Amino acid sequence: MKHETIETNAGWLIALTLVVISIGGLAEIVPLYFLDDTVEEVKVNGIETVRPYTPLEVRGRDIYMREGCYLCHSQMIRPFRDEALRYGHYSLAAESKFDHPFQWGSKRTGPDLARVGQKYTNQWHVQHLVEPRSVVRGSIMPNYPWLLENKLKYKDIAARMKALKIVGVPYSETKAEYDNNVKRFGKDVAVFLDINQAEANLINQAITNNYDGDKTNVTEMDAMVAYLQVLGTMVDFKKFDDGHFSTFR
Amino acid sequence: MAATSQISPQSYNYDIVKKFTIMALVWGVLGMFTGLYIALELAWPIFNFNTPEITFGRLRPVHTTLVIFGFGGSALFATSYYIVQRTCQVRLWGELMPTYTFWGWQLAVGSAAVSYMLGYTQAREYAEMVWPIDILIALTWVAYLVIYVQTLRRRSQPHIYVANWFFIAFILATAILHIVNNMAMPIGLFSLSSYSLQAGVQDAMTQWWYGHNAVGFFLTAAFLGMMYYFVPKQAGRPVYSYRLSIIHFWALIFLYMWVGAHHLHWTALPDWTSTLAATFSILLLLPSWGGMINGIMTLSGAWDRLRSDPVVRFLIVALAFYGMSTFEGPLMSLKSVNALSHYTDWTIGHVHSGALGWVAMITFGSFYHLIPRLWETTMYSTRLINTHFYLAVVGIILYISALWVAGIGQGLMWRAFDEYGNLAYTFIESVERLHLPYIMRALGGLLFVLGIFVMTYNVYMTIRKAKNEKAEFEAKIADKMATAQ
Repeated sequence: MKHETIETNAGWLIALTLVVISIGGLAEIVPLYFLDDTVEEVKVNGIETVRPYTPLEVRGRDIYMREGCYLCHSQMIRPFRDEALRYGHYSLAAESKFDHPFQWGSKRTGPDLARVGQKYTNQWHVQHLVEPRSVVRGSIMPNYPWLLENKLKYKDIAARMKALKIVGVPYSETKAEYDNNVKRFGKDVAVFLDINQAEANLINQAITNNYDGDKTNVTEMDAMVAYLQVLGTMVDFKKFDDGHFSTFR
Repeated sequence: MAATSQISPQSYNYDIVKKFTIMALVWGVLGMFTGLYIALELAWPIFNFNTPEITFGRLRPVHTTLVIFGFGGSALFATSYYIVQRTCQVRLWGELMPTYTFWGWQLAVGSAAVSYMLGYTQAREYAEMVWPIDILIALTWVAYLVIYVQTLRRRSQPHIYVANWFFIAFILATAILHIVNNMAMPIGLFSLSSYSLQAGVQDAMTQWWYGHNAVGFFLTAAFLGMMYYFVPKQAGRPVYSYRLSIIHFWALIFLYMWVGAHHLHWTALPDWTSTLAATFSILLLLPSWGGMINGIMTLSGAWDRLRSDPVVRFLIVALAFYGMSTFEGPLMSLKSVNALSHYTDWTIGHVHSGALGWVAMITFGSFYHLIPRLWETTMYSTRLINTHFYLAVVGIILYISALWVAGIGQGLMWRAFDEYGNLAYTFIESVERLHLPYIMRALGGLLFVLGIFVMTYNVYMTIRKAKNEKAEFEAKIADKMATAQ
């Protein structure tokens, strides 16, 4: 076929363009769903340790996205020596498999947060979020005082978890789904994945752990700190042989 | 392009082109000013003023959306509607539909900006719009495609001019990317919140397939379409090589779709995917430079125009920056270079050498050609075009040099070890070092913003001048008619 045919025929031009632009995406995205090595299996004693977020953590993550944290903080540690020293073990694909959407980020105006969980106390996080420069002089992060002032909205938490369930996160609504979660994640975790108990679980986690230092109400700070404190804590690397995860790369 | 014109300029739909042109400048001013403001926030965090709506995290998507979709998008609608009419020698198809694309697009851009400030976002870079806005964009885009194809089908010329190939590829690719990347489950019919269909690795791959092709098709292929019309027109010479335009068109649109994963080097994305992306990124240098060479060589034999015509200067400098950033891009997509550059300000600098140097400069040049023709007059001031040119060029150079210093420096500090094998610097030390480069970057941004202010003033005065001239002309005609009777 001469190129002139394409240049004089809009139908040909459109059809061929569609074919040419479709190939790259298909070749790179589709196999990621079918190649087993893409997302590692992380099991300890037959129990999956990478679990979906609790209701409070879900809301914390929502706030993380609302404030655009991902624009300055990555959640993806690369397999380099300096990053291992600074942040910890490189990130596994499995660690973000329940992240809708993913929050790997693309810029480190601030440090990586993939393993920030349990590195600092709740009190440190509260102080740092309200006034970053009071704990890290030279920081250029904005102050987030309203997190402490705003009461957390959680009336729609069940609707949120149902939407997440539709896109594939294993939250449970029926007894059968709950039982399956007990088998997959253990009973302690399965309780928190029950949509029917979502609101009670959310309040319970906030009050029990008292993230924001005020037991009388549930603030956005409770949710935010709960989320930050779980980041990177779901895989206990001491339980795996050195090099176990590199076989997936 | 046709030698003989069957159609008088009055029968083209210039009204829609004018509207989009003006809105491109409005969004450009707002979007670039927002960019300057967030640059100041990075230099002095006090500019966040403890106010949620204007913190860096919420304003950054406002900046990117206003400049990419507001300024860039409106400029593309304007120029593509103009070019398709001129090169097909036929009036734009439909009357209500083009008007709908105008209002649909402006509403999408405006409501997106407001919604981010209020905290409604999908948290996907360059695709932050919440789902109802995504649907509005999709509907507007389908209307755009229909208008474009219908106009092409009614053309009175046998050939479809090369600029239109690029616009067609841009419209089709953007539709696919937008729809696939924004698939999400709303939490309710009356809620703006949603969760993305995909998660983790697959979601990251899809997002950067989208993200890089927003660059590849929205900010490159489409603007090449602009280049293929306005450079030959302003230079008064035909395109340098027709054969080259064919080869680099097909190669460009094929290769771009593979390269998104170079944004995910060394992550949890499998190595095979990012290696493929790196390979195709290197190959992409060829068609990119094919376009640059074809554009610059179109001026061959008329190089003196660079001295006398500030509009040509805008167009040629745009092509030079296009060549530079499409060389820097493949370089940064090499895994070893990326290990240093990724997560640093080098990437931000690279984006701006493309966005300011190529996208904005080719738009400014095209607009200076287009605006006098739309309003049937001459530009109010050539001196102000020159002023704009120098403000813009110095601004860009300051901006990208500052971020080379910032990015490469920070990358080296992160990976530096002391003599005992410990990390040599804390993270905050690397942040503190950026203070000066960030001020320099803001200064570069300020010059660029001043430039577009100068242009907007110049355009405003041009339109006013056109109105006066028209009124005078009509008065003269009326006078003549009166005396004739």
